[in-house]
Amino acid sequence: MDLREARRALQLIYLVDRHLLIVSTICFLAAVVRTIAALRAGVFRPGRFNFLAVGLGFIFQTAFLSIRGHAVGRCPITNLFEVFIFLAWSIALIYMLIGPAYRLSLMGAFTAPLVFLIQTFALLAPIDVRHAVKLPANPWLEFHASMSLVAYGAFALACVAGVMYLVQERQLKTHQLRSIFYHLPPLTNLFAAITRLLWWGFALYTLGLASGFFIGEPLPWVQAVCAFGVWLLYAAILQGRHFRQLAPRRVAALCIVGFSAALTLLWGITFAAQMHSLP
Amino acid sequence: MNLFCVGLSHHTANVETRERFSGHAETDCILRGAGCTEALLLTTCNRVEVYGAAAARVPTEEIIRCLARQIDQQLCQDASAFYRYEDAECVQHLFRVTCGLDSMVVGETEIFGQAKKAYESARASGAAGPYLHRLFQRAFRAAKQVRTHTDITRGSVSVGSVAVDLAEKIFGHLSGRKVLVLGAGETSERTARALVSRGVSDLRVSNRSMDRAAELARLVAGRAICFDEWPEQCREIDILITSTSSEAPLLTPENLAPMLRDRIDRPVFIIDIAVPRDVDPSVNEMEGVYLYDIDSLQSVAQQSLALRRQQIAAAEAIIAEHVVDFWESGTARRRADSTHSAMSESPLRVTEL
Repeated sequence: MDLREARRALQLIYLVDRHLLIVSTICFLAAVVRTIAALRAGVFRPGRFNFLAVGLGFIFQTAFLSIRGHAVGRCPITNLFEVFIFLAWSIALIYMLIGPAYRLSLMGAFTAPLVFLIQTFALLAPIDVRHAVKLPANPWLEFHASMSLVAYGAFALACVAGVMYLVQERQLKTHQLRSIFYHLPPLTNLFAAITRLLWWGFALYTLGLASGFFIGEPLPWVQAVCAFGVWLLYAAILQGRHFRQLAPRRVAALCIVGFSAALTLLWGITFAAQMHSLP
Repeated sequence: MNLFCVGLSHHTANVETRERFSGHAETDCILRGAGCTEALLLTTCNRVEVYGAAAARVPTEEIIRCLARQIDQQLCQDASAFYRYEDAECVQHLFRVTCGLDSMVVGETEIFGQAKKAYESARASGAAGPYLHRLFQRAFRAAKQVRTHTDITRGSVSVGSVAVDLAEKIFGHLSGRKVLVLGAGETSERTARALVSRGVSDLRVSNRSMDRAAELARLVAGRAICFDEWPEQCREIDILITSTSSEAPLLTPENLAPMLRDRIDRPVFIIDIAVPRDVDPSVNEMEGVYLYDIDSLQSVAQQSLALRRQQIAAAEAIIAEHVVDFWESGTARRRADSTHSAMSESPLRVTEL
């Protein structure tokens, strides 16, 4: 197969998988629309709809990543577009693993908008840089990147639980209880979920970071500093939580700040990596 | 078959009038004597209603006479308090009643159990037959659907249960939570009992009069604490119910801050039902402290009631669907029955077919 044929085959694959991603985004949009409509009508009910919508969206995300993975011949995190989709997939995965376990069915209503925004941005922004040839695979690099992104998924869910905590806490403080109040989990349960998600995310991120030392090729210093910065940020939040230096409300707020910062740094890391890989 | 409902409720009659008609055990049998094929009596503190099915129309006066405890001149005046619904309107009324839409406190669920009990009793005595069986089974189905698909039963509408609901929204399960009752008033007792009913087992009571504290502690299976010790207890407890007659606030941010120093990740819920208040309102601004006084508890109860009222339209829509479905399927069934009976009565027509 010459270069032109390979490029044409890849273009076709990229067209098909983008369609899968659009369908997946529509599933998340359905959950968002339903949540907004229910909130406006004052009849917020968690129900199964959000879980099913996120589940269906997850299936299409998986199909996209699988096709893209086969096309690029490695874990599909070769450009910023794929990184964002992999992150969205990790968020949906962790939601489906921990949502039912911690009886946080309502989390779907808060998770869907986040995934929807990430995927919509990825689809609209010109960040899907195509590689004409298959890139050489490095198992350590793939393990490092994918593990770090799954950890980001846990941090994203901690951020979602943080938003839920702050919504519930505000209603309790101001004595203004809305329909959603009766469906949100108790404060202590939400705080326990935040703590567990932070620990899971931190452990996975540490594993991902440690595996970076075995990649075998030098990393750009910006990338290393950004990655270490995220690690330090979450280490500080967990230290504050563990030694009771931070009140639960502050931990919840820091989860939101932390994830926003981490997402921005992720952009920086991936952008730097892309620059680094360019000839 | 004529399906009807005759009755009076808190909407049309005061308690004295309702008392004069509150049913007795044999009433449904008496009603059958009045010409009803099937009859069921639903009596609660807010309503006395007869649901009946009859081949011919049974006059309302006849039903009222069956219900009256004694026949006297007052009966004629009371008759004006009675309402009558027939056929589809009767179906709709029953569905609204079982869903709690016709109740004094909209969305209350006690009426569902009372209707179920009335139905069981009528079925056991043989007063309720297939018509009322279908009607009541559908009413229970509609009520369950309304409960599941709307927020009509959400939130509490009494001060005691609001406090318990809020505690559960802060702590989750209440078992293992420590409660201090400061001041042994009647409302604190009710709130403490509500907390015990939801799993609280560590309850401490402190009062200026140790005897009264001991008495309340015995009633709620708690333990009495000397009044001087309550500030020390505040370091341990999760929920504080206070209702002393102190003129100055007992708790201020200044004296509460040292008590909360080592419990940054453990919230404290303070229910201040004293007038004048025992807790300075600015305590609510403190990290991890949730303060509710009697006004804010009542405001939450009002919000719950308003939320329930918002749900009425959604509940009415579900009921309307059930009424149409019940009535149409009943009409089709009656038509099929009458065709069947006409065919079996006329051998000629059968052979013609």
